[in-house]
Amino acid sequence: MMSNEEVLKVENLTVYYELEEETVKAVNDISFSLHKGETIGLVGETGAGKTTTALALLRLVPDPPGVIKSGKITVCGNDMLEVPVQKLEEIRGKDIAMIFQDPMTSLNPVFTVAEQIAESIEIHEKVTKHEAYEKALEMLEMVGIPRERGGEYPHQFSGGMKQRVVIAIALACQPQLLIADEPTTALDVTIQAQVLDLIKNLKDKQGTSVIMITHDLGIVAETCDKVAVMYAGRIVETGNLDDVFNYTLHPYTEGLFNSLPNINDRKAELKPIHGLMPDPTNLPAGCAFEPRCEYACEACKTQQPELVSFTDTHKAACLRYAEPGFHVARGKKHE
Amino acid sequence: MHRYVLKRIILLIPVLLGVSMLVYCILDLAPGDAADILAPDDATLEEKEALREELGLNRPVLVRYFEYMWKLLHGDLGESYLSPVSVWSAFTQKAPNTLKLGLASVIFAVGTSLPLGIYAARHRGSWKDAISMILAILGLSMPNFWLGLLLMLLFALRLGWLPSGGADMGLRSLILPTITIGTGMMATLTRTTRSSMLDVIRQDYLRTARAKGVTEEVVIKKHALKNALIPIITIIGTMLGGILGGATLTESVFSWPGVGRLIIDSLNGRDTPVVTGCIIMTTMFFSVVLLAVDLIYAFVDPRIKAQYASKSKKGGEKKDGEKAATA
Repeated sequence: MMSNEEVLKVENLTVYYELEEETVKAVNDISFSLHKGETIGLVGETGAGKTTTALALLRLVPDPPGVIKSGKITVCGNDMLEVPVQKLEEIRGKDIAMIFQDPMTSLNPVFTVAEQIAESIEIHEKVTKHEAYEKALEMLEMVGIPRERGGEYPHQFSGGMKQRVVIAIALACQPQLLIADEPTTALDVTIQAQVLDLIKNLKDKQGTSVIMITHDLGIVAETCDKVAVMYAGRIVETGNLDDVFNYTLHPYTEGLFNSLPNINDRKAELKPIHGLMPDPTNLPAGCAFEPRCEYACEACKTQQPELVSFTDTHKAACLRYAEPGFHVARGKKHE
Repeated sequence: MHRYVLKRIILLIPVLLGVSMLVYCILDLAPGDAADILAPDDATLEEKEALREELGLNRPVLVRYFEYMWKLLHGDLGESYLSPVSVWSAFTQKAPNTLKLGLASVIFAVGTSLPLGIYAARHRGSWKDAISMILAILGLSMPNFWLGLLLMLLFALRLGWLPSGGADMGLRSLILPTITIGTGMMATLTRTTRSSMLDVIRQDYLRTARAKGVTEEVVIKKHALKNALIPIITIIGTMLGGILGGATLTESVFSWPGVGRLIIDSLNGRDTPVVTGCIIMTTMFFSVVLLAVDLIYAFVDPRIKAQYASKSKKGGEKKDGEKAATA
């Protein structure tokens, strides 16, 4: 029963960056939802709109120039785009927290790390300053940093340790929903595994729902229950892990898999997706992936594909599936 | 840290030497001397020469300078040529007035420019920003003495609310000169605050703070301001350091009995010991305030503190190395 509780629901979210000369269409009409304890992987290239989506959930899209054009975001029953600022500040950090991408710049250089963790606790829990600080030190220990180092400043920490502090800040008040924006990109491989384990443990212990933003399909396979593949601000394929990995539908998702090294055939050349993501200020009228797609047909140039359900859980946005019998080379067919 | 302070204090010596020598020599190059001023109008050349002899002005400038410095080394700033008081007592009599005026101006400037600069930065590009910046440029481009005269015309002459000069009406006589000096400072400080806040305001760590649920007010006043403070403190420090000697014009306009006017009057009288003494005191004050500002940096920004610490550690190691070499 508990596990069916819906922690997050995003409906038709559209976010633009309106600059003087042009409009960047960063996120275009995306919808997804997340239940308690679930982890969804938001996958896509740089510039696909993943981080903007995450910031929109916290109503933190930099404004100006960012504008949430339309849509509805519900976090733990709160309509994030409608709540007054005061309520918003209560929700941020308490119900929904975010681990930011770049640990080097995400910490305030003039406050000690424990102060920065304690601040969150002080705001959201009814504790004294001293208790908050004590709890902050406990959080530090939990992420594997000795409590004695709590009085040190960010510049005295390595990149990996800073990232753990950022994680400790995000987890300080046991949020219902955790957004992890490429939590391992800035780290070297040995630390990556530790950080992922950390997030996974917390998820198991506290039943936190997680949005894992990454471009690394390996991380998705390891940590996620569901996947949403984003391209040019749209979700082009979504489903549970098995759906997307084993029954791949969208040509772009296939392209992502093909550009990974194959462990069974180490000599095989990597197959990158040719070309670049379209200019987000000037998206094509049809499918945004059409110029790079090896399956593209005439209709793809003019018609915007809708997200179509293939099974209860699995959806994809590709016009070619209108033809009976079409499937991409990688995908098995759903029985 | 202690080594750093000591080093800075030792560095003060060449600065004071240079400044005093410059002032002493420039005054000597200026046409006329104290004897010309002191002697009655109908004095003969011989009488003037005798007066020079008496004041010791007939000897070469370098000799007089070193004599002066020798006395200074023993804590004696010398005697005024023109009046029977010592330079020290002339200075200490005027300094409190100038300090009072200077501090009031800096407090006025900080009190107005920090809110204005932060406000402008938060509304960058909007009309609110434009109006704040117009105010700042206006303050910057108005000459002190002119603004002083205008204020005097309005508030002293027209409205009769405030005295037009002097320092004998307590707080009330402080208001006009404070605004006159403070406006220029306010303008500079507003621009510095704005640009410094703009550097900080888009930093990722402010986003982190907002994501924690920190209110916007705390984000700006605590998280952003503390990071933007270094350039602001530098400017405030320079202003504080300059208050002893920097208010000369305004002090003249408002007949404020301060160090600035003492220097002007002594300059006109070619009273070299008083001018040099005042400038040496002003220089010392300036240097000490700047040192204090540098030390305050360390409290504001832990990264600078770490730098000071590592510097003195390096110095320590070097010394150990020397010791080892001699052993």
